[in-house]
Amino acid sequence: MIGRLAVLLVGASALSLLIGDGFIGTAPWPVITDIRLPRILLAVLVGGGLGLSGAVLQGVLRNPLADPGLLGVTGSAGLGAVVVFYWGLAASFAPALPLGGLAGAVAGTACLLLFAGRTPSGPSLILAGVAVSAVAGALLTLALTLAPNPFALAEVTFWLLGGLENRTLFHVALAAPPILLGALILLRLGPGLDALSLGEDTAASLGVPVGRTLMLAAAGTALAAGAGASVAGGIGFVGLVVPHLLRARMGERPSAILPAAFLAGACLLLTADTLLRLLPWVLPLSQPPPLGALTALFGTPFLVAIARRMAP
Amino acid sequence: MIGLTRQTVALGGRTILRDVSFTPRPRELTALCGPNGAGKTTLLRALAGLLPNTSRPDPRQAAYLPQSARSAWGLTVRQVAELGRIPHGDSSAAPVERALHLCGVEALRDIRIDRISGGEMRRAMLARAFATEPEVFLLDEPTADLDPAAAHDVMRLLRRTADAGRAVVVVLHAIDLALRYADRVVLLRDGRIEADLPASQALPKAAALFGLPYGLDPTPRLLPPN
Repeated sequence: MIGRLAVLLVGASALSLLIGDGFIGTAPWPVITDIRLPRILLAVLVGGGLGLSGAVLQGVLRNPLADPGLLGVTGSAGLGAVVVFYWGLAASFAPALPLGGLAGAVAGTACLLLFAGRTPSGPSLILAGVAVSAVAGALLTLALTLAPNPFALAEVTFWLLGGLENRTLFHVALAAPPILLGALILLRLGPGLDALSLGEDTAASLGVPVGRTLMLAAAGTALAAGAGASVAGGIGFVGLVVPHLLRARMGERPSAILPAAFLAGACLLLTADTLLRLLPWVLPLSQPPPLGALTALFGTPFLVAIARRMAP
Repeated sequence: MIGLTRQTVALGGRTILRDVSFTPRPRELTALCGPNGAGKTTLLRALAGLLPNTSRPDPRQAAYLPQSARSAWGLTVRQVAELGRIPHGDSSAAPVERALHLCGVEALRDIRIDRISGGEMRRAMLARAFATEPEVFLLDEPTADLDPAAAHDVMRLLRRTADAGRAVVVVLHAIDLALRYADRVVLLRDGRIEADLPASQALPKAAALFGLPYGLDPTPRLLPPN
């Protein structure tokens, strides 16, 4: 499965390198290195971080509906970016936007761990996540109503929808270290997740430090998904759908799907981002739709299918 | 060594165990019996170190089976048993195979645990505890959900396990199983140990505890296997 996903990822990258507005003819290098390559790298990093975070969160919370958005990580990244916008920092200093998003994700996770308590359990972490999401959402709405002008409002809204256009290698350099570090933390949680399938008591009796596993899962998600949200905005459903797709093919043992979840998330987001550039050619659109809208649109049928399969 | 000395446990402002002392002994099968809410499960969880102010035993030395063991995901029976190897940090096949055989779930090994019956699931969870190969077994109602023959099978397995030198502590509602297979019966009421005595002498006290009459005369009932 890992091998097949790797081949798929290489194929999707090649396709993504060839498809788009820029014309690869006389001077291919600027188009490839300045436009397409950052976009491919970001899709792989952001999608992989989302897929892996989703797989770990669903495992650690024993909840098939968990995803990075549930813990408020995506929401607080959005809030961080909007605060930067509101202060007008983004206009004078372009990297301020993703840096603000990253700061928001880190602050959101700090609140999450604070709300959940010193030795969190699954339900307390979910409730803390809902609380962080709600506060971030409320403050975001407040910031939007205080927006200095309609132009800023439109730009923020578009950014919140999520997307990968007009990103540079700077964004890659900003997002790669936290995403890869978060992925490393999350990949090491495998045996703990397996033990947690039987509940927190049994896992503890097997010698798994349950509270620490939950905290590491939250911290790893903040890095892997929060950094992604800070450069690509709020892209939903990848973290939710990827683990379900893999479980149907690889069995349900939580540790078995972890590395594959990174690769599958990367494939999914890269393919979505490539297809999105083709849409204006087949549909009467002035510009490609936001990536976040596309993933949500394609993610919803999966969610319905999952719900139907879970019904007795 | 695992044990409690004058342990008091309060959960959510309610005292559940009062001044309880209990130590499982090797080669001994102990049954914890008592009415609902007497504190049997809490005593077992305290032994497993899962409550505040209790010490956690070495996970390689003690295996704990909770009352309502369920798997959140559709692991196969074999994958569930393999979880018992986590404390040892290995995935050696031999203990897992032995455990599946002992608990009579070899034939189900590749079937998902959410696709088998409640009694089969119970035995798969027991196989997880056996795969750890611990010195002390802490089992909360291992015979719940089992048909009468399977319940006797499990109790005989636990009897053999104790005879092989392990300490086995079982929460049991079936007093007849406790009296037949256990060495020692601990009777609990309202968080206190009312009596701690050899199984052969436990029937009068157990009957008094539940407020039921008892008799030795044969009545129409299922007999244990020969």
